[in-house]
Order: sequence, then structure tokens, then C-alpha cells
Amino acid sequence: MALFASFQDDFIKCFIKDDRYKLLLSGIGVTIKVALLAAILGIIIGFLIALCNLSKKKGLNLIGKIYTDIIRGTPSVTQLMLVYFVVFASVRWEKWVIAAIAFSINSGAYVSEIIRAGILSVDKGQTEAGRSLGLNAKQTMMSIVVPQAMKNIFPALGNEFITLIKETAIVGYVGLVDIQKAGDFIKSATYKPFLPLFGTAVIYFVLIKLLTIGLAKIEAGLRKSDVR
Amino acid sequence: MIDVKHLKKSFNDLEVLSDINETIDEGEVVVVIGPSGSGKSTFLRCLNLLETPDSGEVWVDNEQINVPGVDVNRVRQKMGMVFQHFNLFPHLTVMENITLAPVKLGKMTKEEAVKKGKELLATVGLSEKADAYPAQLSGGQKQRIAIARSLAMEPEIMLFDEPTSALDPEMVGDVLDVMKKLAKSGMTMVVVTHEMGFAREVGTRILFMDGGLVMESGTPEQIFDNPQNERTQLFLSKVL
Repeated sequence: MALFASFQDDFIKCFIKDDRYKLLLSGIGVTIKVALLAAILGIIIGFLIALCNLSKKKGLNLIGKIYTDIIRGTPSVTQLMLVYFVVFASVRWEKWVIAAIAFSINSGAYVSEIIRAGILSVDKGQTEAGRSLGLNAKQTMMSIVVPQAMKNIFPALGNEFITLIKETAIVGYVGLVDIQKAGDFIKSATYKPFLPLFGTAVIYFVLIKLLTIGLAKIEAGLRKSDVR
Repeated sequence: MIDVKHLKKSFNDLEVLSDINETIDEGEVVVVIGPSGSGKSTFLRCLNLLETPDSGEVWVDNEQINVPGVDVNRVRQKMGMVFQHFNLFPHLTVMENITLAPVKLGKMTKEEAVKKGKELLATVGLSEKADAYPAQLSGGQKQRIAIARSLAMEPEIMLFDEPTSALDPEMVGDVLDVMKKLAKSGMTMVVVTHEMGFAREVGTRILFMDGGLVMESGTPEQIFDNPQNERTQLFLSKVL
């Protein structure tokens, strides 16, 4: 009973007292905002880089390759800090937007490889059929190849989004208070490491579990043309 | 209608078309036969530039199409193509497969395209499949839909690249029947096939290809009953 009482004590201290749960709630908001914007921008960047990598033009190939090499070859914390303190040093946008841009630049490199593989997985005959009907290369890509590639890309893209959510746990480095940083603050204020950190882990887990369920639903929808 | 002059094509070191000279007139049903690897399919694919010729000229309606500056997409709109593996768009329903190109290319409104699509589905005998997805169709049905899809663009010429080679034997007849109907309607057709019965019955002219050359050309009677070239004789003795 004493154990339970002390747990209850700690719980109140960590999450209820001084409205500390509000800190965590706003942290959840920050994490979701950053991850969502970064995912959307990352997909756009990734698609453009994938087109560069698939292009027959040598110059575009080179751009895509250099981009992917640099991003994959450096830590995301370094990229985040470079973007925040150097590239956007004099730009007074909201912190979370700049952080999202940094993460999208990072995510775009990985997404580009996912999209490239997805586009290559679509049978060449599909492109030939489209072109033989008189559609141009862009029309064929957008209305025939990309929708089919989406189905192959989607699971890997969902995976990337999950990774992205967890990656954003470093935004504390540029002064944003996300879930991780909120847990960290509570830990420092209460000198109780277990509950704040465990709580942080639980929040991330639940967030990602919900996302996984949502992604599975969308994927099932994408597969409706496979039904025999 | 189609003029091919000194057409040559190699893949790396392999010469597939050595020197093709051929004229295809309006209303002709030209059936291309020959052993595997003789260049039949490559010849066909050069006609709508799915393969780029290394040298030589391809003329369609008195316009050379394998020169820079020609809008290949415009030329392809009047040349339908049917593939060995159907290449239906699996993410679209049958009707969407048929209406995609005419609507995207501004040839028809959505309503016109659907109306045309219904007519075409009736022609190929698959009216009830309009809302099905390709995965729900048999091979023969897929190929008939593929033919309907090409016809939706109202082409002047239809190219068939071994349209029955990937089909189960009992499906072949349905597809050939559709092609016969099309030939009777006066469509200009170039057909690469191994179906000798179809070639003899429907073809107005037979091309026998071997080693990247047209070895012999003539009416079905000339080619099948009285082949002149030694290679034609040898080939026919094996397949007939």
C-alpha cells in the first residue's frame, strides 16, 4: 500500500501539480505540427528528387545524388541546427515551421529513394501503353505510373512518417518544447526521472500506434482494385 | 499510309532490323509472321516509335515521324497499339481504362467518352464488365478491353503485337473474332502473330520476316500455298 501511495504521490507531482500535464499536451501539439508539415514538405521534396534521380539528364541526376549523399551522410541534429541557426538565422518565422523545414529536407532524401523504387516497380508496359495512346510523358507519369507506384510506396512511406515523428524528439535543440522536451522539463523540476520519461515514451507509443492503425486503413483502400 | 525506308535497329551489338523497306496502304491487313527473334515486334514498335530507329525513315500519312520536332504524341493518337501482355491499367476500372486517353487529351468530353466506351464494350462483347477492375478479368477479356481502349482514340491504324500469345488456347478465338470484325470494318491493321489460321483468313498481305529482313511478301495464297523463299518454306513446314 505504501508503494501505491508513493506512486500516486509521484504521479500527482509529475503530471497534475502546477498543471504539468498541460506542458505535455502542448508538447504533443508541437510534435504533431512539426512532423505533419515535415512529412508533407518531405514528400514534395522527395518526389522532385526522385524525378531528378530517374531523369535521363545527367545534370539532374547529379543534383539528386549529391542531395541524397549529403543528407544521408550527416546527423539530423546537425542538419536541424544548421538550418535553424545558419540558413534561417535572420528569418523570423515561427520556430516550429523552420524546424519542420529542416526535418523535411532530411526526410526528403529518404522519401526520394522510396518513391524512386516505387516508380521503378511499375511495369514498363504501363508506360508503353500510356504513350501508345498518345499521352505525353508527364500525363503518363501522373495518371498511370504514380497512382500505381503509390500502392507500392505507401507502406514504406508510412514507415518513414513514423521515423519522422520519433526524429522530431530532437527539436529541443532549437528551443521548441515538444513531447520529449516537456518530459525533460518535468524531470528536471521534480527530480523524478522515471514517470516523466516513461510518460513521454507512452505518449509517443500511443501516437504512433494510432497512426499505424490509420495507415493500415488507407492502405486497404488503396488496394481495392486488387480484389478479384 | 505507312512508309518505311531502310529501317535499321540494333540493341547493343545485336542487329535486330537490318534493312526494312515496306509500304502499308489504307485498308490493308498486313500480318507479319516469322521465327522468334526475327525482328517482327521491333519492326512493329518502330512504327509508333516505341523503339527509336537507328537509321532509316518512318512516314505516316506523308509525314516523316522519326525526325526531331515531330510531335510523336499526336502521331500516336492515330495509331492504336495492342500488346502481348495487355497492359491494362490495373488501378482503373474497365470504363476508366477506355476513357482515360480520349478525355485527358481533350478529344472527347467525359460523357462522350463514356458513350463511346459503352459502344466499344458492346462491340467486344463485354458490356457487363464496365465497372470491373482488370484483375477480375480473364486474359481473353483483358485483351478485348485493351482493343477497346485503343479504339476509343478512333485511330486510323491498329498495331497488334502478338495479341494472343499470352492467352490460354480457349481464349484465343474470342480475341481473334474481335480482330476479324475490326478488319471487316475496313481498319488498317498490322498484326504480328503466330496464328497462321488468322493470317490466312483475315490477312490481305503476309510479310515473312527472318534475320531482321522481310524475306517474302505476298497474298496469303502466295505465301502459304506457294512460298518462293527457302526460309519461308522451312518456317511454314514447321508451323503448319
